[in-house]
Amino acid sequence: MLEILGKTNVDFMGKRNIAFIFSGIMVLIGLVAVVQIARGAANLGIDFAGGTAVQLKFDQAIRIDEARKALESNGVGDAELQEFGQDNKLLVRVKASTTIEKKTAERVVAIFTKEFSNNKFVVDSTTEIGPTIGKKLQEDAIIAIVISFAGIILYIAARFELRFGVAAALATFHDVLAVIGAFYILDKEITLLIVTALLTLAGYSLTDTVVVFDRIRENLKLRRRDTEEAMINGAVNQVLSRTIVTSLTVVLVLIPLTLAGGEVLHDFSLALLWGVIFGTYSSVFVASPLLLLWPGARGRLLKRS
Amino acid sequence: MKKVSGRSWLLVLVMTVSVVCVTPSYQPLYQALPGWAKAVLPNKGITLGLDLQGGIHMVMEVDEDRAVEIAVDRSVNSLQDLLVDKKIPAESVKRTGPQHITVQFQNADLKGQIQKLIDDFPTFVETDSSGSANSLVWELRETETKRIKDSAINQALETIRNRIDQFGVAEPVVQRQGLKQIVVQLPGVKEPKRAKDLIKETALLEFKMLDEDSQIKLELPASIPKDKEAEVVKQFEGKVPEGDQILFERAFEKDTGREYRIPYLVKKRVMLTGDVLSDARVSIGQFNDPYVSITFDSKGGQEFERITGDNVKKRMAVVLDNTIYSAPVIQERITGGRAQITGTFSTQEANDLAIVLRAGALPAPLKIVQDLTVGPSLGQDSIEKGVKATLFAGAMVVIFMIVYYRLSGVIADFALVLNLVCLMGALSALTATLTLPGIAGIVLTIGMGVDSNVLIFERIREELRSGKAVRPAIDGGYDKALLTIIDSHVTTLITGVALFLFGTGPIKGFAVTLCLGIAINLFTALVGTKVIFDLLYHRQKVETLSI
Repeated sequence: MLEILGKTNVDFMGKRNIAFIFSGIMVLIGLVAVVQIARGAANLGIDFAGGTAVQLKFDQAIRIDEARKALESNGVGDAELQEFGQDNKLLVRVKASTTIEKKTAERVVAIFTKEFSNNKFVVDSTTEIGPTIGKKLQEDAIIAIVISFAGIILYIAARFELRFGVAAALATFHDVLAVIGAFYILDKEITLLIVTALLTLAGYSLTDTVVVFDRIRENLKLRRRDTEEAMINGAVNQVLSRTIVTSLTVVLVLIPLTLAGGEVLHDFSLALLWGVIFGTYSSVFVASPLLLLWPGARGRLLKRS
Repeated sequence: MKKVSGRSWLLVLVMTVSVVCVTPSYQPLYQALPGWAKAVLPNKGITLGLDLQGGIHMVMEVDEDRAVEIAVDRSVNSLQDLLVDKKIPAESVKRTGPQHITVQFQNADLKGQIQKLIDDFPTFVETDSSGSANSLVWELRETETKRIKDSAINQALETIRNRIDQFGVAEPVVQRQGLKQIVVQLPGVKEPKRAKDLIKETALLEFKMLDEDSQIKLELPASIPKDKEAEVVKQFEGKVPEGDQILFERAFEKDTGREYRIPYLVKKRVMLTGDVLSDARVSIGQFNDPYVSITFDSKGGQEFERITGDNVKKRMAVVLDNTIYSAPVIQERITGGRAQITGTFSTQEANDLAIVLRAGALPAPLKIVQDLTVGPSLGQDSIEKGVKATLFAGAMVVIFMIVYYRLSGVIADFALVLNLVCLMGALSALTATLTLPGIAGIVLTIGMGVDSNVLIFERIREELRSGKAVRPAIDGGYDKALLTIIDSHVTTLITGVALFLFGTGPIKGFAVTLCLGIAINLFTALVGTKVIFDLLYHRQKVETLSI
């Protein structure tokens, strides 16, 4: 049988302090990003912030600085431009403050028609979102996140015990925050699709954590004499090959989607890709050690079962 | 063995049902089916979302306050008519504030007479006006204000539906969202701008008389460039006589086709509105110029006859949404209940005008709060790239599983295919809409399906390592992985359900495929592959397992 890993016996729990420091930094960056998003200082997509996006596909390559100049000289100065090189595509985004009634999309199209008359284009898509809708979407997204987290904690608390639920939820928060932080640092746009990706990776990271927890619970019934630390370590090692094989297959799926899935799927897949990597790391290095941190837990792990 | 054959039949049944359910999504196959099969199956399968096939998604709000104002304006008109009929010389009747009508009169003795007229306007109450001897104020009842606001959105919904039906779009969606929003989805629309204009237009058609007695008329410029209307209105502010307003006719230069405006002094009083139309059609005039011929209903026809009869040799403006289309001189009393709207139209403009007139006016202007338009080219691009990347990703996983788990890998790959077929069948049976996030959901489900098999296989390997024989190892592996698989799927399902309940648009599409996928996963991982293992290794003496 082909094996990536044979029987391993790595002392993961012993490295928990290093892991906590690393994760602490990631979470901190993530929290800063969340605060910035709440303040409106982050790169929030127009589906949340309100505004206009127009994507154009040109016949020939278009220079981004020329495009910006054309827009500025025609009174659309506050636009953000992004190009998708190989397809001669240009995305123009004008955020907030402008309302739909001003017909920003029509203006942008008119400007490019006038200024680049020898470079024909088709309008790939236009998106105009009023500020009120953005607010509504934001609220909806937050509700969905809160409900799903509450549901998950309850379910795990019922299946295991409260401490497992909390540890799993914290580890999942950690993964989501890490990805938000990474997006914030790279100044990537936080859109509705990214929120979908965050929720997906929350589900994925939970699955990973649950698999490890399940093994811990199972081992408790068999090896009652081991210390808690040894028991958790054993469980993590036992499921390690599964953890790695699964993550590998998911990464195998996500890499082509990120590289060649088209501009719509790119950021989505990228968020998931990071999420899978963080999620795998956290189920080994964060979720399980967190169980040991629970006050007064030593030696009382899952007495009920 | 009996148990095995029972489950294999279940497996065959599920696959057959899924394949049958998929057929409506592939029309050539569906058309070849016998009649009774078509009768049982839904007649359409998976539809592609706007992001995949292009189209418009718009969310609009009806300006409710404006709807109330318009209703009050109408009452002002009827009250004016009534005062004229009863020969009561009131000085002015005006809407003051959003829901008040103020009547002013010189002679204080008229007050009692006018007060009595409220019997004809049951939706109004008189507010306390004892302080003034020369005026009185009516207010629209609170219940009526609420009713107008409520019915405004329903009317708008109805009107938009009519317009879109006549415009001709395959499978449009026009529905109410929440209390005051309207969602319009037009998949695959080729001319998005035209469709949007058609929906947005209030299309309030009014006939008003020109004021030809006032001297101001002579001071107005003969023509002005487009977009300078506001300046002219400002320039004449205060000079325009009471009860008049300046409106502009749209016109085009003969040679260059450039658009300009002609200002007119028009009486505010509305003689007739588009309510009384029974039909509107495009006709072609003698110079090959399209115009719209309208037919009034019987009441409107009589009214139009009376108005034209009273105003022979005067000019009447045909006003649509506060823009004059033409202002002809009435040559004679017009009988027969027909009229024409001429102006400089392209055939398409005339067509669209006829549509909006037939469908009726919106009760108030619409505010667009969200507008997503995807051109057909992007949709095509997204499909090609998305499908290519997904196929490639799928192939990588299939190969990896076979390399790593050998024959068992082949079984896992079979489960993967089974998964996809079932998922497509389920989506098809629900006539779900497949969007890009939906495809992402499918990819995630595939990942989870593979994960279930990895969990089981790793468990079987452990059992084998601990020295168990093939059959007990398989059974043990499945048993021990069962709880883990259920736990991991339920947690993801919780996320999926929360997304489905609270998510909007793209998120919902993702949630649908995710939830369905998880349910199907559980079946294929726990029943599907196990049946095959049992069929392959049911003899007790099998000594090696290819895993």
